[in-house]
Amino acid sequence: MVSVSMTVNGKAVSAKIDPRTLLVQFLRENLLLTGTHVGCDTSQCGACVVHVDGLAVKSCTTLAVACDGSTVTTIEGLAHDGALHPMQEAFREHHGLQCGFCTPGMIMTAVDLVNRKGHTLDEHTIREELEGNICRCTGYHNIVKSVAAGAQAMAGHK
Amino acid sequence: MSETSQSPDGPVTRSPLQEVGPKGHVHQPLPHDSAASHVRGAAPYLDDLRAPSGLLHLAVGGSPVACGRITRLDLVKVEQAEGVVAVLTSNDIPGRNDISLGHGDEPLLGSQTVMFFGQPLFVVVAKTRDLARRAARLAVIEIDAETPLVTIEQAEQQGSKVLPDYHFGVEDNAPPLALADLRLSGQQRIGGQEHFYLEGQIAMAVPGEGREMQLISSTQHPAEVQHCVARVLDLPEALVSCEVRRLGGGFGGKETQATQWAALAALAAHHTGRPCKIRLDRDEDFVLTGKRHDARVDWEVGYSANGQISAIDLNFWVRCGCSADLSQGAVDRMMFHADNAYFLPSARIGSQRLRTHTVSNTAFRGFGAPKAVLAIETVMQAVAAKTGQDPLDVRKVNFYGHNGTLTPYGMQVESSVTGRRIIEQLEKTSDYRAKRQEIARFNAQSTILKKGLALTPVKFGVSFTQTHLNQAGALIHLYPDGSVHLAHGGTEMGQGLFQKVAQIVADELGVPLAAIHHAATRTDKVPNASPTAASASSDLNGMAARNAALTIRSRLATFLSEKFSCSTVEIQFAHGQVRVGEETLSFADVVRMAYQARIQLSATGFYKTPKLDWDRTRKSGRPFYYFVWGAACSEVVVDTMTGENKVLRTDIVQDVGHSLNPALDLGQIEGGFVQGLGWLTTEELVYDQHGRLRTHAPSTYKIPLASDVPDQFNVALWKEPNDEATIYRSKGVGEPPLMLAVSVFCALMDAIGSLAPSKPVHLDAPATPEAILRAVDAMTRPNEEGS
Ligand code: FES
Ligand code: FES
Repeated sequence: MVSVSMTVNGKAVSAKIDPRTLLVQFLRENLLLTGTHVGCDTSQCGACVVHVDGLAVKSCTTLAVACDGSTVTTIEGLAHDGALHPMQEAFREHHGLQCGFCTPGMIMTAVDLVNRKGHTLDEHTIREELEGNICRCTGYHNIVKSVAAGAQAMAGHK
Repeated sequence: MSETSQSPDGPVTRSPLQEVGPKGHVHQPLPHDSAASHVRGAAPYLDDLRAPSGLLHLAVGGSPVACGRITRLDLVKVEQAEGVVAVLTSNDIPGRNDISLGHGDEPLLGSQTVMFFGQPLFVVVAKTRDLARRAARLAVIEIDAETPLVTIEQAEQQGSKVLPDYHFGVEDNAPPLALADLRLSGQQRIGGQEHFYLEGQIAMAVPGEGREMQLISSTQHPAEVQHCVARVLDLPEALVSCEVRRLGGGFGGKETQATQWAALAALAAHHTGRPCKIRLDRDEDFVLTGKRHDARVDWEVGYSANGQISAIDLNFWVRCGCSADLSQGAVDRMMFHADNAYFLPSARIGSQRLRTHTVSNTAFRGFGAPKAVLAIETVMQAVAAKTGQDPLDVRKVNFYGHNGTLTPYGMQVESSVTGRRIIEQLEKTSDYRAKRQEIARFNAQSTILKKGLALTPVKFGVSFTQTHLNQAGALIHLYPDGSVHLAHGGTEMGQGLFQKVAQIVADELGVPLAAIHHAATRTDKVPNASPTAASASSDLNGMAARNAALTIRSRLATFLSEKFSCSTVEIQFAHGQVRVGEETLSFADVVRMAYQARIQLSATGFYKTPKLDWDRTRKSGRPFYYFVWGAACSEVVVDTMTGENKVLRTDIVQDVGHSLNPALDLGQIEGGFVQGLGWLTTEELVYDQHGRLRTHAPSTYKIPLASDVPDQFNVALWKEPNDEATIYRSKGVGEPPLMLAVSVFCALMDAIGSLAPSKPVHLDAPATPEAILRAVDAMTRPNEEGS
């Protein structure tokens, strides 16, 4: 057992954990933040994407201890004061989901994409940047629309 | 309208089925019912539920070979491993070791012999999932291995079948084929498909009072889970219940395939007296659960110089895997769609259902039909190549309507004019003819890159072909604050069923959508529900829920008419209010008054699809209530040196009837098309000669990504009301769009065909770069195949 401390969604947390504990396990099992999903366990589907120190990572293949001292944001930490984050609102509004299992990871990836590439994203860029996120339901059409709209909306945000 | 016969006791004004939703929710493009929670990660799947105290976790131990006799199953080390609470084998099953659908050919846990690689032989119950998985590795399993039957040809040679052969159409097609002006034959291999629902298989069992057992399962068929668990545990079905609020995708892969995991969890809960959960990881899920059937189709066609088909034989050799599972229905549906949109004057449709030592293949969106549509469209491409015509003209000359409307199974196609109009519209909007010329010019100048174009129709029959499954139930309660509790037998797996049904009930009761709480699907609330499948769930559950709503509304109206001495015609329910003559009351006030007056505020609704009378033995009757039509036009470019390819543009027109929710329907079309695109181009399942699946993760099995979708992708809805009296004259939309991807496959054939225009292309599915290169090679070889 080792101890880890990090800030998750603005709150300081610390725990004694098995050093092999994955970040996704730590979030889901220790902190009960179950909005982060596991779709493949092997870094391919993107359902588990969270932000660590402001960058998107796949939490299914990140060790929790590697995030010691880090700031982590999960899908639960995106909305503020009950209002949806513009990217969340865009996915709701533009039907960017069906079963919803991929949605938290998609949204976290999309926010990271906007942080890196700005608010005006062409469709090609969005499609290329989503290559680490699988959706089996939507055919991506509405996801791409949502990301573009969410990116625009984020410009007026904060 | 005959459909309302289930409804109510009193004379209440009813919205005629064909009309626009009276009060504003039906036909609106409203978001998915859980959209606002999904985007916050606040819509829990089974694995997200708070663990009940004392929860134990399961891991399965499976066979290391595909076929043979078990000589030793030594589990001592497993039992001694850290954290292990129990290790269970087939000997620990109190009831029947049988998870089949009545064929008795599929055990929960293998005993004596093994049927496929990885088949579960025992299950470990431990304190954590990790400990259970580690312990499962410690088993000593010895098997007297035999050579497995893996391929279609191996099973064919051995005569190994899960079900008897079946055919319909003309008995002897040889004379009509012999009389044809021209003849052509061919063969095509069509691959299977892994569902890859993002949420893998998962189930939890919670023991209740006495012998009660409650299941929560990610299943499309909760009633099947309930019945199977009762059988395995030797319990009355009434003591077992199953609940599912949502699935993270199903696509057919959780129709029967969810049952085993629920039954294992229940077995473990039975033995330990504690809640038990099992979640497969992605690799296990690939290896242990069935997929879309793969097949070989042998065909022979007789036709005339204008491409009109006079006689055709289509014979399907289908790999069903180790048990029957749903193969009867899936292969029958394949046969029912071998005509696709074409009148085939003399057709013989045959099927062989082969047993192999591979995981049992199962339902997958389209349920057999996609293979049949691909096969007949391949024939259309071949006939066009031989007659030197544009494939679209060959399709048109054979289309239902002009020459005949009778299917090979004896049902009349009454709505073919819809299909024809869709094709004609798409021909215009996709600019088909101009593009055809442009592509010819491009190909004349380009030696390596070749473009291709195809416009293909889809006709899909809606209804379960097992007639008894075409029934549904619903349950509605009203509470004194005016809120509404709604339940029905359908499951929500992303398709938007819950929202559609809520829209219907909101309009029938005249309440806002926010007043409706859509409860989880439970077998003890609505019993004996059919699986959520066959594109029929809105039709069935929507109508059942509507009937329940009408019953309650009618009771309220009768009560008000007596109380206010007016006719029920003067009573209107809308916008959360009830107009009674000149007065307006809130819906909640009416419910409170009705409660005080001892009016029953709970109602069930039931619906069964009319007109169905298919008789499988006599091979006649009507298996489908109606047909859904659609068409897609796709343009592709192929690199004939490497086999790489890209879809440049796809245009779709899809019949949805008078859509209950156009936004959700569009989502089904886009998603279905892309899933079909994956099936036909990149998703390849590879079994080695030992029967081991070698493509068991997204690292080796390629699901379409956002960048694989056509650059230009235009989808239009065809919103003509259903001729049949379905719920608000809508049509089912779940499966038909998957087959629109056949346009891409035919466009790839078209591109390859440009290398030697009069030669039919022999392309197997999926059209991976390797398959395309093989087809390209065959074009340049002197002895052409497929003729
Ligand atoms: S679960 Fe992490 S990428 Fe799939
Ligand atoms: S919405 Fe189901 S996987 Fe994306």
